[in-house]
Amino acid sequence: MLKTREELESLRQTYACSVKCEKKRILVCAETGCIASGSLKVYDSFVKILKDKGIDCTTELAEGVSHEGAIGVKRSACHGFCELGPLVRIEPEGILYTKVKPEDCEEIIEASIIGDGVAERLIYNRNGVKAAKQEDIPFYKKQTRVVREHCGHIDATSVKEYIAAGGYKALEKALFEMTPADILDEIDKSALRGRGGGGFPTGRKWRQVAGQKEPVHYVVCNGDEGDPGAFMDRSIMEGDPHRMLEGMMIAAYAVGAKEAYIYVRAEYPMAVSRLQNAINQAEELGIIGENVLGTDFSIKFHINKGAGAFVCGEGSALTASIEGKRGMPRVKPPRTVEQGLFEKPTVLNNVETYANVPSIIENGADWYLGIGPANSPGTKAFALTGNIQNTGLIEVPMGTTLRDVIFDIGGGMRDGKQFKAVQIGGPSGGCLVTKDLDMPLDFDSLKKVGAMIGSGGLVVMDEDTCMVEVARFFMNFTQNESCGKCVPCREGTKRMLEILERIVAGNGRDGDIELLLELADTISNTALCGLGKTAAMPVVSTIKNFREEYEAHIYQKKCPAGQCKKLVTYQIDPELCKGCSKCARNCPVGAISGEIKSPFVIDTSKCIKCGACASACNFGAVKEV
Amino acid sequence: MADNFMMIDNIPVPIAGEKNILELIRKAGIDLPTFCYHSELSIYGACRMCMVENKWGGIEAACSTPPKPGAEIYTNTPRLRKYRKMILELLLSNHCRDCTTCEKDGKCKLQELAGRYGIRTVRFENTAADHDIDDSSLSITRDRNKCILCGDCVRVCNEVQHVGAIEFTNRGSKMRVATAFDEPIANSPCVGCGQCAAVCPTGAIVIKDDSVRLWNELSEKDVKVIAQIAPAVRVAVAKEFGMSEKDVMGKIVASLRRLGFDEIFDTATGADLTVLEEANEFIERLKSGENIPLFTSCCPAWVRFCEQNYPELLPNVSTCKSPMQMFGAVIKEQEKTSRRKIISVAVMPCTAKKFEAARQEFTVDGEPIINYVITTQELIQMIKEAGIVFSEIENESIDMPFGSISGAGVIFGVTGGVTEAVIRRISSDKSLTGLRSLAYTGVRGLEGVKELTVKYGDRDVRIAVVSGLGNADALIKRIKEGEHFDLVEVMACPGGCINGGGQPSGGYADRVERSAALYESDRVCANKRSEENPLMMQLYNGLLRGKVHELLHVDYLKKE
Repeated sequence: MLKTREELESLRQTYACSVKCEKKRILVCAETGCIASGSLKVYDSFVKILKDKGIDCTTELAEGVSHEGAIGVKRSACHGFCELGPLVRIEPEGILYTKVKPEDCEEIIEASIIGDGVAERLIYNRNGVKAAKQEDIPFYKKQTRVVREHCGHIDATSVKEYIAAGGYKALEKALFEMTPADILDEIDKSALRGRGGGGFPTGRKWRQVAGQKEPVHYVVCNGDEGDPGAFMDRSIMEGDPHRMLEGMMIAAYAVGAKEAYIYVRAEYPMAVSRLQNAINQAEELGIIGENVLGTDFSIKFHINKGAGAFVCGEGSALTASIEGKRGMPRVKPPRTVEQGLFEKPTVLNNVETYANVPSIIENGADWYLGIGPANSPGTKAFALTGNIQNTGLIEVPMGTTLRDVIFDIGGGMRDGKQFKAVQIGGPSGGCLVTKDLDMPLDFDSLKKVGAMIGSGGLVVMDEDTCMVEVARFFMNFTQNESCGKCVPCREGTKRMLEILERIVAGNGRDGDIELLLELADTISNTALCGLGKTAAMPVVSTIKNFREEYEAHIYQKKCPAGQCKKLVTYQIDPELCKGCSKCARNCPVGAISGEIKSPFVIDTSKCIKCGACASACNFGAVKEV
Repeated sequence: MADNFMMIDNIPVPIAGEKNILELIRKAGIDLPTFCYHSELSIYGACRMCMVENKWGGIEAACSTPPKPGAEIYTNTPRLRKYRKMILELLLSNHCRDCTTCEKDGKCKLQELAGRYGIRTVRFENTAADHDIDDSSLSITRDRNKCILCGDCVRVCNEVQHVGAIEFTNRGSKMRVATAFDEPIANSPCVGCGQCAAVCPTGAIVIKDDSVRLWNELSEKDVKVIAQIAPAVRVAVAKEFGMSEKDVMGKIVASLRRLGFDEIFDTATGADLTVLEEANEFIERLKSGENIPLFTSCCPAWVRFCEQNYPELLPNVSTCKSPMQMFGAVIKEQEKTSRRKIISVAVMPCTAKKFEAARQEFTVDGEPIINYVITTQELIQMIKEAGIVFSEIENESIDMPFGSISGAGVIFGVTGGVTEAVIRRISSDKSLTGLRSLAYTGVRGLEGVKELTVKYGDRDVRIAVVSGLGNADALIKRIKEGEHFDLVEVMACPGGCINGGGQPSGGYADRVERSAALYESDRVCANKRSEENPLMMQLYNGLLRGKVHELLHVDYLKKE
């Protein structure tokens, strides 16, 4: 148990030295994405080969220098470029190997561990760009890593590595050099804004809690990340749990809280176990517990697992869920800062917000203000996905343009297709189009165009995407995730979905667009919570930007992107048809008939629009019209 | 002064401690629509009908926004009308729209507001499903097809009553109100108090209707139908017939005769029996010190609540039957030689009485002592159905041989009434001043919890009077923690029987009116104390001789 600051510092020196003593480090990504593509087998393979070769290797960070010159083999956090996983990083060179299989380990060891070279076959090589070093890969070049600085670089399961890398220095500084008021001032000055979506100034929130008369305060972390395709928070909880804990402890110290709750969705089992592991490790060291490092500050952590309700990301629903009640938002006031968890003043921030705190305290607000625009400083993590070349998790300074994100980091569209739109902010966000590409990504700019950063989902769509279908998809999500409490959200989203479903099915009616907008207006203005207030945003922004697509569906019964199956009619071009009968043989419902060697015909009344004929035809005679 | 005003629709309205803008708006004489707001329940904020617009165009829910001096709000702007209409349209789009055959026809909030806002068409698919009706309970009927999920029933059941029979389940458009494991309500902890039906704005929870079967009995020639009318009924009928609320017992009696009842009595007579028995029991327990505190047993919802939640307290519950059951037993005893079939009917403010009447303890050879319990609401419906012009009908008196009552029996209908009646009985000061001063011991008033100390001999007797089962629950916890009481009166419904689940639903103001009317009836009653009712002496010396225990007491501990 560490009793003083000096003991922690001395331990840090020991661990830092141990890291230094490792001649080389093999960091195998061991997070959900890479594990799914087999990274744990790759890890085992590295360890086995090194042992077989008699090379001294360490999987745990040893204290002291007994392993001078050993090879460290570590399970690291997410690098973000999951589509190329399993990823393996070699330090100190910074080489990143992609799509590594167990049988590739030998080659990597020979080239980069025993030798000082590169296994060319396994490095990044896409669109004529070859890069051995991670930092040279276009996907990483324009990124700035603050909250994810450790991700992929240290062992995610080891408090020792975290400490060696300078972890808990900010907590030390906070406890020994700063008063709670100093911290509030520093966070205020840094202009840090909540990364959960709303962008509320974190310092102001903390100050409001600190100023409450009620003596018991709580600190709560919202790890209930639920946007489709988003996994920024998961990656922090799995990959650098101590950073988040450190941020929460600083918050607790600043607002006078003695208990902290982490609300994680149960669908993130690894995040739960890594967090628990991190808490246990920190407790063993005396970093979490009574009288941390000999000070008066004490803290206790609780982990609560959410049962898979998107709405529990809403503050009051989240605290209700922790209390064991139905996860349903309540009316405000009182706000969470006044009466949050167990009706006590509560600081509720999301994972990424807390993960920003240690760097701000350690490096100072001025350093933080140097990143990104003045009104939204710092970085933001995004989950970049869709029809682009490079998908994955990225972190960029606020204010980076969409163009940089999509075309530089994302590498542009796939298969030479045209960019059409990007959905930002998930089901609560809106879509941005070509004219918005040079807009800086920050809270205020996005708000102006009817979108929001949300928690950071970026779904990039190409010309083949049907925007009505996109709106339907998100509305279906929101409708399923509405808690059902207030009428506009419960009934309104259901009716919006009903209308969107009939439009994509070719049964749209005159007046449907207006009815959608009328519903959207009612829901956005009258719904009880943020989920409801933003539920209609995907629909409103797609109507705003692509109204003609809606009209084509409704009036011409056509889907311009050719995606809405029910609006497609298959026809055989008699000029191209050779009368081979292959289409008729592949048709599952017997809708195609004809004489051999003369053009075949599709009976549209029987056709189920499965497209089997079109894919079967060798002559391109079956056409969608 | 000027800084403690809010401008509502350009009218300055002074803020005087209102919890939210909604109360302020209503104080200003504007009937802002709501489905889910009840001043005695927590603020739920789900119906979104009470949205108001501020001068900057911001929209907020009036129910959950505290008044702010100097603020300007508007309650009836074009936007607000549009939103309210849309919300109503959305609610109607999957709501059963068979208004003419609905029990709440004419009394339904949804119907009223749809009318007020002129909803003539619903632009969405009619997705009203056809869910089964849960008629498993003897007290209430649940019809999911008419539920608008305002949550009033859930909150009254959980917050006010601490019963917790119903909660929300599922989410989004699949959300509904259900019992645990979706069991029929009869298999839930429901105590039948009917407060859920009282707050339900639509026909989703209504009182179980027994009037149809009763009509048939009334038209049978060889059946003698005898009615008893509970105290609280007489003060909750007039308003329904467009009169101001007052004791209309004489008109009720006259109406019942027109409906075909053969004999009509007053449950206050039964209450007098209860007072005498319960006072004896209380004094005996005080002397022996056993099973103190004594809990009253008049309220069947409370008895059931106690059986379910605090079975260990059942020995403390009075062995006295409720006034309805005591009187029912006396009536059946009186009529046991009758050659006609006897049907005993109780007109009650209470839905739980329907359940009490069916309890095995209150049957003889499988035949319930009380054959029918009809609530005040059902009575009103029957009077209307018979075409009786209630305001015109002339007063009539109840029948012999049970034609006399006391004021003590009448005040049973309001919280504190049983206690006051018992004090009147056990108090040694029999002077008029002594009697009148009882009103100031703290026993009267509509507060949910009242505590008082009175003298019995030279002993201080500590009494608690609670109404609302949540208050009872909290009091029991205090007793378990060591607090001492000698007598505890419990009525399940807030305010007592005047606010029973079977009464026409009303707000707090109605409770005040009904309570005042009952005390008024007490004042004009010739006999104030139960023992002064000349009928009591007759009964104890006659019909009840040797049968007091059999006819007037019950053992809730004895389980088959």
